[in-house]
Amino acid sequence: MISVHRIRPIIRKEFRQIMRDRRSLGVLLVVPAFMLIMFGYALNYDVQHIPLAVYDQDRSTMSREFIQQFIHSEYFDFAGSISSEQEIDTVIPSQKARVVVVIPPRFSEDLLANRSVSIQVLVDGANATTAATAAGYLVAMTQDYSTNISLQALQRFGMSKPTLPIDYRPRIWFNPELKSAKFMVPGLIGFILMMSTVVSTSLSIVREREKGTIEQISVSPIHPMELLVGKTMPYVLISLIATVLILITGYALFNVVVRGSMLLLFLETLIFTFCGLGLGMWVSTVANKQDEAFQLATLVSFLPTFMLSGFAFPIANMPKVIQWITFINPARYFLFILRSIILKGVGLSALWQETLFMTLFALGITAISWNKMRKSVFRV
Amino acid sequence: MPDVAIEAKELTKRFGDFIAVDHISFSVNGGEIFGFLGANGSGKSTTIRMLCGLLQSSGGSATVAGFDINSQADSVKENIGYMSQKFSLYDDLTVTENIRFWGGIYGLSDEMIAKRQAWAIGIAGLEGREKSLPRELPGGFKQRLALACAMLHSPKVVFLDEPTGGVDPIMRRRFWDLIRQLAEEGTTVFVTTHYLDEAEYCNRIMLIHAGRMIAVGTPEQLKKEYIRTPVLEVETERIIEAMALLDEDDRVEETSVFGTFLHVSIAERYNAEKVIREVLGAHNISPSRIEPIVPSLEDVFIHLIDRQEAEQKR
Repeated sequence: MISVHRIRPIIRKEFRQIMRDRRSLGVLLVVPAFMLIMFGYALNYDVQHIPLAVYDQDRSTMSREFIQQFIHSEYFDFAGSISSEQEIDTVIPSQKARVVVVIPPRFSEDLLANRSVSIQVLVDGANATTAATAAGYLVAMTQDYSTNISLQALQRFGMSKPTLPIDYRPRIWFNPELKSAKFMVPGLIGFILMMSTVVSTSLSIVREREKGTIEQISVSPIHPMELLVGKTMPYVLISLIATVLILITGYALFNVVVRGSMLLLFLETLIFTFCGLGLGMWVSTVANKQDEAFQLATLVSFLPTFMLSGFAFPIANMPKVIQWITFINPARYFLFILRSIILKGVGLSALWQETLFMTLFALGITAISWNKMRKSVFRV
Repeated sequence: MPDVAIEAKELTKRFGDFIAVDHISFSVNGGEIFGFLGANGSGKSTTIRMLCGLLQSSGGSATVAGFDINSQADSVKENIGYMSQKFSLYDDLTVTENIRFWGGIYGLSDEMIAKRQAWAIGIAGLEGREKSLPRELPGGFKQRLALACAMLHSPKVVFLDEPTGGVDPIMRRRFWDLIRQLAEEGTTVFVTTHYLDEAEYCNRIMLIHAGRMIAVGTPEQLKKEYIRTPVLEVETERIIEAMALLDEDDRVEETSVFGTFLHVSIAERYNAEKVIREVLGAHNISPSRIEPIVPSLEDVFIHLIDRQEAEQKR
């Protein structure tokens, strides 16, 4: 029968091996925090400080006022004035500016005469994301400005206190500054946990088979379940430590605070870890060599967790077929759960469905792998 | 300890249509060194796997240390040690860490492990190298450490699957000294090897070929029983040609190549040396040396396997 007495030496041995193998320890603990820093800063969808050049042909108080509102926002930085048409062709290619605003000669005159004015805006489209965001800001600010002018004009014609039919005042909850990092941290926890558990579990099992130690163990009275528990427990613990490290890094660098229950967060993480362990076990039954195991493990953990979980791309934007596929992806549920707990502070009552699906996946994959493993690994 | 350590009756293993082990029966006495010989693919490993409880048999029965291999596999595992050529030490754990791990796996108490650790270090000759990693040890020491690790729980029966593969002759000899020592202390040793000189160290040996048992007995018995005709060793430069010529002659019973020499057995009623000189002389081959030798186990096995294959063809 299963005995803790015999599991202990396996756990101790596994820890010793992990501690001695600096590379795998690094992969498990340091790489996650490092990835968070990399992703947190690099995978930043926020667009700020876009260099903006101005070709002001009017040079009036009004034109300057119009320009000021762009430059005073945090989105644009003033990158200089331009004095000729030809210069426009050089500032964008030379990267001096990514946006050029061209103000026509009779800007203020036309405005005061109540004639509509055309503003030309040139945006560097080399980076589509930045270009789209920048164009969005420019449109919004310009509209704001023209609304103000219209209102002032109406007032001047004697209408007192004119009102707009709809006053649009959006308020964004949970992540009011719309910081990408706040959205990234939960995703990264899921991504990193999945990678590290699948890779390390599959490698540690395949390594024993490659070295022949698993054969020696299978001749001993140890029960396969004892071996499995002993081998995986250390990785569960290390995954939880890695989670704490990511949360600390996330707090220190990106000011991400866990609003919900820490206990619930760890319970959900634990269930997700078991999904990873089960997948890792499955990989170890398919791969014969360590390098094969590494490749397969990276593939089955990286692709679904990065692409199909809502980490990199919103699930709602995916084609229907792909959306269905995401239903068997535990990372999909885990990311939703993490974002809900960390950003919104939601409790289990709102997350029980996702928790249930994730638990079912963990049980299912472990059962399948366990069955395959008993045949292929222990009956060598 | 039952007097019979291993007993197999009509033990059979089929993989689909292929019969890997075909109704073999034998028994091994307690404290005996039992050699198990056969070529690769002869069913050697399959038999060991069944006896160790790693593989279910498809027919017949066997007991190891008094326990049935199929219905009492767990008890079998508690009472056997196992070591293979791919000996299984963790290369990133030190000598003592390895010993403690394998002791722990067998459920030994901490006190017991401490006691057996001293024994194992002594057996392996690793005093003063307790903190070394196995990969830093010479091959022979690793092998002895692996054997010591397989015996921490003092098993009654130990299975050694080609334990001396890839080790130099001096270390092989010392390893066999260790095996004899263990047997004298009462452990039953079931060992496979393909070094036939090693087989001479065994109390009894058994030969299997294509899943069938061909012969079993002490080395002396086998030599006496199966080699009745004198064997002569012939040295010549044109060895292949000489062998073909001798095979054609009716008076020659058997020929085989041993290294750079030829072993020839001639029916007893003839003068063996005269026959050989006559046959070869007719084709201008003059052997530089012909002398009678004591047949080795290798002669016995080649004879037996040839006979078995001839029977199967018929």
